[in-house]
Amino acid sequence: MAKITFPVEAGHIMLFARAVGDTNPVYQDADAAKKTEVGSIIAPPTFPQAVAQFDPDYPLRWRPGQQWFGSGKTASGVEDRPSGGGGLHAEQHFEYHRPLRPGDVLTVETKPGNTWERESKRAGKLTFRERITEYRDQKGELVVTARSVGVTTERPVERS
Amino acid sequence: MALKANQLKVGDTHVERVAENLSRTQIVMYCGVSGDYNPLHADEVYVTQKAGYPSVFAHGMLTMGLTGKMLTNYVGDGRLTKFGVRFTNQVWPGDDLDAKATVAAIREEGGKHFVDLALSTTNQDGKEVASGSATARIDP
Repeated sequence: MAKITFPVEAGHIMLFARAVGDTNPVYQDADAAKKTEVGSIIAPPTFPQAVAQFDPDYPLRWRPGQQWFGSGKTASGVEDRPSGGGGLHAEQHFEYHRPLRPGDVLTVETKPGNTWERESKRAGKLTFRERITEYRDQKGELVVTARSVGVTTERPVERS
Repeated sequence: MALKANQLKVGDTHVERVAENLSRTQIVMYCGVSGDYNPLHADEVYVTQKAGYPSVFAHGMLTMGLTGKMLTNYVGDGRLTKFGVRFTNQVWPGDDLDAKATVAAIREEGGKHFVDLALSTTNQDGKEVASGSATARIDP
């Protein structure tokens, strides 16, 4: 997979903190953040996943002039998409070497990991796919490693 | 602010209510900021008529972000070294979520002190929606 350039921006961090309902000033108030142990605005721990915004080929984003599987005139713009809505997120793991700060420019590379299958009562055959993502800073140093496991289900997951 | 090794013991817990009556709007806010615009999370027409679910539901990463809010409130800013979860049940609009960290180990490694935490986030029915673990650097 191509390397993605991920500029870490203060406004993006503020909006991210709002979306998770986190009012901690260290994510949104530069003056207050200066007085904390970390000394500046930092990003919340799950922020690295927002790299999707900077992936030119990210599939879960509407684009002009392209078919989109969400609803418009009909319930889906793509008629042959299987039920279940495609993949779900099964696991996510982060390892942090230092906090991300506004001004960091990260280079992000994702490699496929293991693939395995399992039968489930609630969703039929499950196919798991692992992806390992490395986030390096402007000095080339590894700052975050992420391991993500996605699952494709045979049918929509029944509510337990 | 940071946790201190000499004030912690295995089995200590910290719980926070991290979502109350989770709104579709908050889920949409998470779509907008994360870049994950999957209609499963924002498009009630698609999700009920096409994907076969009773309603839109939250991103796993929103549940993890909410769990992370509890975690950073507990261990302090910039203290996490590891954070991982498994998504065990879907999170729906209207859900109330409580995120809990339980001290699993307190250890010293290369002169630095760490706490290992077991994580569990549950909904209003007591059903676990995410389970996982985290490690944070703590003071002596």
